[in-house]
Amino acid sequence: MIVAERKPLDEIIGFIKDCKKILIVGCNECVTVCYAGGKKEVAILASALKMAFLKEGKELEVKEVTLERQCDQEYLEEIRDIIDQYDAVVSMACGVGVQFMAEKYQSMPVYPALNTLFMGGAEEMGVWSERCQGCGQCILGQTAGICPITRCAKRLLNGPCGGSTQGHCEINKDLPCAWQLILDRLKALGRLDDYDRLISIKDWSTERSGGPRKIVREDLQQ
Amino acid sequence: MRLSYPDSIRIIQVPCTGRVDVIHLMEAFQRGADGVYVVGCLEGECHYLTGNLRAKKRVQYTKQLLDEIGVGGDRLEMYNIAASDGPRFSEVAREMDEKIRALGPSPIKTMLQKLHADDLSIHV
Ligand code: SF4
Ligand code: SF4
Repeated sequence: MIVAERKPLDEIIGFIKDCKKILIVGCNECVTVCYAGGKKEVAILASALKMAFLKEGKELEVKEVTLERQCDQEYLEEIRDIIDQYDAVVSMACGVGVQFMAEKYQSMPVYPALNTLFMGGAEEMGVWSERCQGCGQCILGQTAGICPITRCAKRLLNGPCGGSTQGHCEINKDLPCAWQLILDRLKALGRLDDYDRLISIKDWSTERSGGPRKIVREDLQQ
Repeated sequence: MRLSYPDSIRIIQVPCTGRVDVIHLMEAFQRGADGVYVVGCLEGECHYLTGNLRAKKRVQYTKQLLDEIGVGGDRLEMYNIAASDGPRFSEVAREMDEKIRALGPSPIKTMLQKLHADDLSIHV
């Protein structure tokens, strides 16, 4: 999922300080499961903003809506009939959702309520960590299912650097060394041979450094 | 035990403090409460094991939100009192009442009263 967290309230208040009526739009997918921008968080933000305005002697009218997904044209259409009644939209989706919203509703100011952080998962309730950086050419097949691009601070592809100490990364002793994890797992799988096979120089053009990426599937296009 | 507690306090019953969510606490303030406190069972004695511990963390989180918007996180507290401890219940009620009186009315309540002076539907 895409993991995000709410921006400081001050920053959000700054966006909408001159508004009288706003639409807060949550998203039912990634940001709901990471407790950043689902229905519940929409209600909490609405309540906080109303109180922040009231404190200044102003009343803010807030409409709360949570869409199935904001990165999907179909669901974004659901607010077409009401959106014009508001001075601004505060989107609680990830950066993708905010942009899709802004692209669809050109004349409406759209503000992000979240800081979008990474693609990751929940290690346990309340703890999320990064697992993939979308490099475009997945090498997990050779690295025992552990991504060194994401989890090694230096993105090394062929074993650890000299800073790996007792299984920990030199940048932070709480961070496991990705290559130690890979090695341990290859050993457990009886596949240490994979470790001896060099990963060739990676073509980073499929990663973000090659510019914004796009997929076109003609078989699905209409 | 005919123990009394200040009549400014309104009790809202929940099956377990674990049921108390951030939005419930926020809404109480939004409707003009001057202070709110959550009373759970003693730590380690939750019938549902961790309800009161989770409530404590939600109270902490909500305090931060209240600080951020300038309502003041110190208007919100969590107490743990044994279900059988009536004297402590009434003592805490008085303690909280005094604390909130010292803080004065909530800025939200003051503004609601000002903006809706003739609207009888809002009771704060
Ligand atoms: S808008 Fe973002 S948070 Fe919502 S479903 Fe799409 S990717 Fe996930
Ligand atoms: S190798 Fe690339 S695609 Fe695979 S998990 Fe790592 S960053 Fe993601």
